[in-house]
Amino acid sequence: MAVTGVILFLFVVAHLLGNLKIFEGPAAFDAYAEGLRTVGAPFFGRGWLLWIARVVLIVAVLAHMWAAIETTRASWRARPVSYRRLEPVETTYAARTMRWGGVLIVVYVIYHLLDFTFGRVNPSFVPGDVYHNVVASLRVGPVAAAYIAAMVVLGLHLYHGTWSALQTLGLNRPPTGGWRRGVAAAIAVLIAGAYISIPVAVLAGMLR
Amino acid sequence: MRVTLHVWRQPGPELAGVFVRYDMTDVSPDMSFLEMLDVLNQQLLARQDDPIAFDHDCREGICGACGMVINGRPHGPRRATTTCQLHMRSFPDGAELWIEPWRARAFPVIKDLVVDRGAFDRIIQAGGFITARTGSAPEANSLLVPKADADLAMDAAACIGCGACVAACPNASAMLFVAAKVSHLGLLPQGQPERAARVVGMVAQMDAEGFGACSNHGECMAACPKEISIDFIARLNRDYLKAVVSHPSSVVRGDGGSNG
Ligand code: HEM
Ligand code: FES
Repeated sequence: MAVTGVILFLFVVAHLLGNLKIFEGPAAFDAYAEGLRTVGAPFFGRGWLLWIARVVLIVAVLAHMWAAIETTRASWRARPVSYRRLEPVETTYAARTMRWGGVLIVVYVIYHLLDFTFGRVNPSFVPGDVYHNVVASLRVGPVAAAYIAAMVVLGLHLYHGTWSALQTLGLNRPPTGGWRRGVAAAIAVLIAGAYISIPVAVLAGMLR
Repeated sequence: MRVTLHVWRQPGPELAGVFVRYDMTDVSPDMSFLEMLDVLNQQLLARQDDPIAFDHDCREGICGACGMVINGRPHGPRRATTTCQLHMRSFPDGAELWIEPWRARAFPVIKDLVVDRGAFDRIIQAGGFITARTGSAPEANSLLVPKADADLAMDAAACIGCGACVAACPNASAMLFVAAKVSHLGLLPQGQPERAARVVGMVAQMDAEGFGACSNHGECMAACPKEISIDFIARLNRDYLKAVVSHPSSVVRGDGGSNG
């Protein structure tokens, strides 16, 4: 879970940094999208590195899902008779919603790919005109709202995920203190907030 | 004071259990929880009923026998307190208390509130021996242990193996127990020679016993009567990764233990 989670986390950060270029205007953003295809030249042909990254991502997503299903099933098997009630004391909302949160993020990513990569659900998809595609889609109120909601879910997933991965990889060290959780929360809020700024900016008419 | 109990009654391992209601009056607030159950059992015996089976031994919070879940919390509502050290004054007059056994596949119910915690013993066995010199006590300063390490090792060694960590875990995972046992030897010089084999063996046994997979909720730490920190779980994971990398041959059996 942790290793694949770190790969996905790095993707989310890289994708965010790329997306924020939308605030530099259509030319810069489209040039960035084009750059994703030409990066690595002349060693790599057009789109090669992008495809390598896609393959790594697909493998990481599948492995992450597989590990989630395996650990969930192991945990269900481990308690065949459930409690009448088990009172949570220490756990967080984020920790308890990791499983459903993961499912929601997958649903979101599928919609998202149909929107911006395949253009199937985009109101006016123009291949290569990435800036136009983003604005065209996020101008629609319900779509923007769904994006914002998905980013909140992602933020929660990242909050527990970041902290949990540090724990699983054995990187959390004493002295204890709330600060490690605090750092995880800050990272999650920063990432989700920065992503949310894009649909908000489109709705507010800053990006058009 | 008065209390209403709903106690899990299960006649045997393979038999179905139900909650049975008992209304108690004249409970002294100064009784421990187990003394309250003793009084109830006397009443049950007097009317020829089967007394409630529950585990207990030291009744001073050090043996770890007295496990039961009270209103959804292992050992009841007080932090850092075993059931035997819990007093009835911790509950309001007229309280309604639901009492259940530890629930985990690895801890099968023997009767009522008594579960078989043999899985923990087998994990300890899988850790193996340490090659420490036995016989007369060595000169105290012949083996130097940094103070910080000694303190941490003592914190881990405070584990009484009660199983509250498993009981409290939403995944029924035994990571805190294994972490404490692996760490208290791993922090001391005497524990170094077998360190890698010990962590790998204990983790493999833990998985073989059918405990769930830790997802870092931290409920174990909140339920632990000895307040053992989940920092030890990070230490266990670190030790395990190091052992697998540096001593691949010590991964001799079981399914490895890490979840990717
Ligand atoms: C407001 C937030 C977001 C915006 C505006 C956005 C925008 C985009 C755009 C324009 C593309 C197509 C890039 C291109 O074809 O060059 C894309 C692709 C993608 N996005 Fe996002 N994205 C957002 C959030 C996310 C999040 C949170 C995730 C993951 C959890 C994600 C996962 C992906 C994936 C997997 C692709 C496909 C990459 C590929 O084509 O190989 N996106 N996104
Ligand atoms: S009876 Fe020994 S710890 Fe409670």
